[in-house]
Amino acid sequence: MRNVRRWWAALGALALVAAACGEDGTTSASAISSIGPTEDALNLIAWVGYTEDGTTEGYEQYDWITPFEDQTGCEVSVKYADSSDEMYNLMTTQEGQWDGVSASGDSSNRLIASDAVAAIDPALFDFTDVIPPLNPTTGDETSQYVVDGNVYGVPWMYGPNFLMYNEDVVQPAPTSWDVVFETELNGAANPYAGKITAYDFPIYIADAALYLMTHQPDLGITDPYSLTEEQLDAATELLQGQATMIEQYWGAYTIEIDGFVNNSMVAGTAWPVNLSYAEVDNPAVVAAEPTEGMTGWADTWMMSTSAPHPNCMLSWMQYSLQADVQAQVAEYYGAAASNSAACPILRTSLDEQFDFGDAVDTVRYGYCGNEQFLRDLWLWRTPQEPTDYSVWTQKWTEIRGA
Amino acid sequence: MEGRGAKLVIRLGTAFTLFFLYLPLAVVLIYAFNRTVSQAWPPRGFTTRWFVVAWNSADMREGLVNSIVIALVAAAVALVLGSLAAFAVHRYRFFGRETVSFALVLPIALPGIITAMALRSAMSTTGVTFSLWTIMIGHATFCVVVVFNNVVARLRRTSGSIVEASMDLGADGWQTFRHVTLPSISTALVAGALLAFALSFDEIIVTNFLSGAEITLPKWIYNTIRLPKNRPAVNAVALIVIVLSMIPVYFAQRLAGPGETAGRPTRAMPTAGGAPK
Amino acid sequence: MADAPTDLAAPAPAGPVRRGSSYLNTHHRTRLGLTLGLPVVWIGVIYLGALILLFLNAFWRVDTLTGTITRDWGFQNFETLWSSPVYRTITIRTVGIAAAVTVADIVLAFPLAYYAARMATPRVRALLLILVVLPLWSSYLVKAFAWQTITAHNGLLESFLRLVGISDANIASSQWAIWLTFTYLWLPFVILPIYASLERIPASYLEASGDLGAKGWKTFRHVVWPMAIPGVVAGSIFSFSLTLGDYIAPTLVGSTKFIGNVIYDNVGVANNLPLAAAFALVPVVIIAIYLALAKRTGAFEAL
Repeated sequence: MRNVRRWWAALGALALVAAACGEDGTTSASAISSIGPTEDALNLIAWVGYTEDGTTEGYEQYDWITPFEDQTGCEVSVKYADSSDEMYNLMTTQEGQWDGVSASGDSSNRLIASDAVAAIDPALFDFTDVIPPLNPTTGDETSQYVVDGNVYGVPWMYGPNFLMYNEDVVQPAPTSWDVVFETELNGAANPYAGKITAYDFPIYIADAALYLMTHQPDLGITDPYSLTEEQLDAATELLQGQATMIEQYWGAYTIEIDGFVNNSMVAGTAWPVNLSYAEVDNPAVVAAEPTEGMTGWADTWMMSTSAPHPNCMLSWMQYSLQADVQAQVAEYYGAAASNSAACPILRTSLDEQFDFGDAVDTVRYGYCGNEQFLRDLWLWRTPQEPTDYSVWTQKWTEIRGA
Repeated sequence: MEGRGAKLVIRLGTAFTLFFLYLPLAVVLIYAFNRTVSQAWPPRGFTTRWFVVAWNSADMREGLVNSIVIALVAAAVALVLGSLAAFAVHRYRFFGRETVSFALVLPIALPGIITAMALRSAMSTTGVTFSLWTIMIGHATFCVVVVFNNVVARLRRTSGSIVEASMDLGADGWQTFRHVTLPSISTALVAGALLAFALSFDEIIVTNFLSGAEITLPKWIYNTIRLPKNRPAVNAVALIVIVLSMIPVYFAQRLAGPGETAGRPTRAMPTAGGAPK
Repeated sequence: MADAPTDLAAPAPAGPVRRGSSYLNTHHRTRLGLTLGLPVVWIGVIYLGALILLFLNAFWRVDTLTGTITRDWGFQNFETLWSSPVYRTITIRTVGIAAAVTVADIVLAFPLAYYAARMATPRVRALLLILVVLPLWSSYLVKAFAWQTITAHNGLLESFLRLVGISDANIASSQWAIWLTFTYLWLPFVILPIYASLERIPASYLEASGDLGAKGWKTFRHVVWPMAIPGVVAGSIFSFSLTLGDYIAPTLVGSTKFIGNVIYDNVGVANNLPLAAAFALVPVVIIAIYLALAKRTGAFEAL
């Protein structure tokens, strides 16, 4: 059986090569228009929590990998990345290794620009229920994966970077990011200094810029991902002040989870999945939506241009778009499903298990299906003009290294 | 030096250093059987499930096999290259001899990340696809020096006169090598190969840079300690590896032979020790 | 001895091999070439070639959107490193911790090495050496992770310190935690060369010193220590250079950035190989200086 499948795969590959040679155009319009017999493996680069196969202790019911493997025969292996930068780096320097990546907006445009990911044929996928702003044909928030009319993937989860805090300690309940940025609060030293955490990557500069957008309007920041040198310097200065109050930055998200569980951290930016884990061991950990707004991420499964198993990857992308799959991921990860049809399924599931279906309409599930919430998020994007990402990285070294 | 007070200080210092060396291993042992996921102090409850969790991970099993295969190949390559280089440097005087010794030490004297970056950028420039083979090449590169140092040190101690005697008695080059030189360096070869194996088996930095989708045991550990729920499983795996490693360590010690005591092979160990971290 | 004819290149003890080996005996260059060829190709071409390519990168630049390296020559990366004081701060900090780790390792290593080399019975000596080597076989990552557990908030170490009356110690993710972890990780590499050098001191030297009326401290200062120096320096090469380049242990037990972290952030995260290569020259230069100083003490003979 395996052998037969191999043969088919080889033939399919030959046909692909032939098709590619026959075509004159150099545009990426050469997207594969039908899915051939699947290969036997699928190598993914993903955020932790995106590929549960039922082996996580205490969360065995979450498994959307095994059904996929059973359906397609594609055995999934995953490399977890801590940051968009790492994802980008893996995809561009290890060609021919990876089939696809769960790219956030701050790496997807770089991936497209460097030809690391391939355009897909939208006809292969059912985008009808995708939340309108992210819909590849009609949406207006699709710049992270639709470029020059070419579609480079299928939308997966999106969500905010909210303010996570310990409600026993941080009182009154915070409504602003000032508790993590300002060394002085209400004329006194910040009482949470030494117990604050922040995301350990240069893209976090955008969070500081977003805060300054409200609090230093004369800087004229209109987009936290598009900063002049003066604006970038102001954000850097704010973060250097913050650095004196940081208990530990979190690169791996377990650092933040551990910190909130053992009470060494009481406030900081977080992903919903961090909250899900932290609150199990420390019920005082909750989320807030600061008035200045939030940065966020919209993730897309993208296929590598040098995918060794393209049919498995395309099958995975089809599968990943299913409402029932996205509902399961959203429940486990704490995120909003791009496929809005997943939201009612998520509600029912939460009701049945925890009698808590209303949680769907909270920040921890990104107000699943709520268009306005999505539009209000400042989704991660690669900074380019006027200061580009390499400058941000150097600023980040200055903040972190001092 | 041998005063009573001094002796007491040395004994106490020895005891403290041993305590320091084994404290973390005790922690590994304790938390391999700890019931909760978080490694808080003091430990709570007893369980053996982490061994099950570890064994049930297909990635762990695959990583273990890959790591063994990589370490075997890397040690074999290092054995050949390292002893060839040792012979050349020891037996011949040639232009650039010092440079050769120096170049061999570089992969281990320079930080692992530099070796890793250099090999990776060279490989991606030349269009090599990352695979188990690229990991083996990387590991062999820093393992050569381990074998080289062991063999050179042994050759230096082996009297040149017995080789001459062998030749004078009419043995040809091959016979001399087979019956005189090889026996005198065999334990150095084994010690070098063992250390090369150990270094490769535990290596993470060069591996991270030179592997594609392949998993190795250290890569699995690196992934798992950053997942919130399965972390204690790495303690279970580490414990098993420690127990299993007692076998080669014991034999390496035995190989030293009764006449040599343990001092001899470890004389060669320090160089071997330069882990490419 | 220099022209003693042995040869590893001969593969099997058959007739042609003998003929081959006698041919080789008379053809010095061929023999040398066969012996040295493979190692030289591997290390000289593959490794050194890669290293040179890496440092060429230091003079190039990267296009951040496409991630491709543009080969226009210049000193822009060095200007970046020079113009921002943070890189100097990080360099000084890294050298500082490497020195602190080295000192701690020597202090911890010396008594054990001395006991094993000069006081223990052969049986105990063998056991001690096994005990020193064994931790080398357990995973580096797991050992660092164990130190994360030991130094965590309200962890083993802080609980112990509270017991002895130090209640406000803040070890978790501090430089102390990183120092302890590095000291631990490289300790066996320091013990072994010191042991080897102490073992080589002839017992008669110590006796002579004693006979001449030298007290313990004097014997140590004037006999033991000078003879141990090559071993101490050899061990310090390991603890110093391994600390200088590590980037994984600091991220596991701490939050501070060292040279290794900055190199990794630039190459593994920001994909800026040229800047990483430029900064990588810093530890290379430091280690080169260190090795040059070490060579004077005869440490290489102790390796």
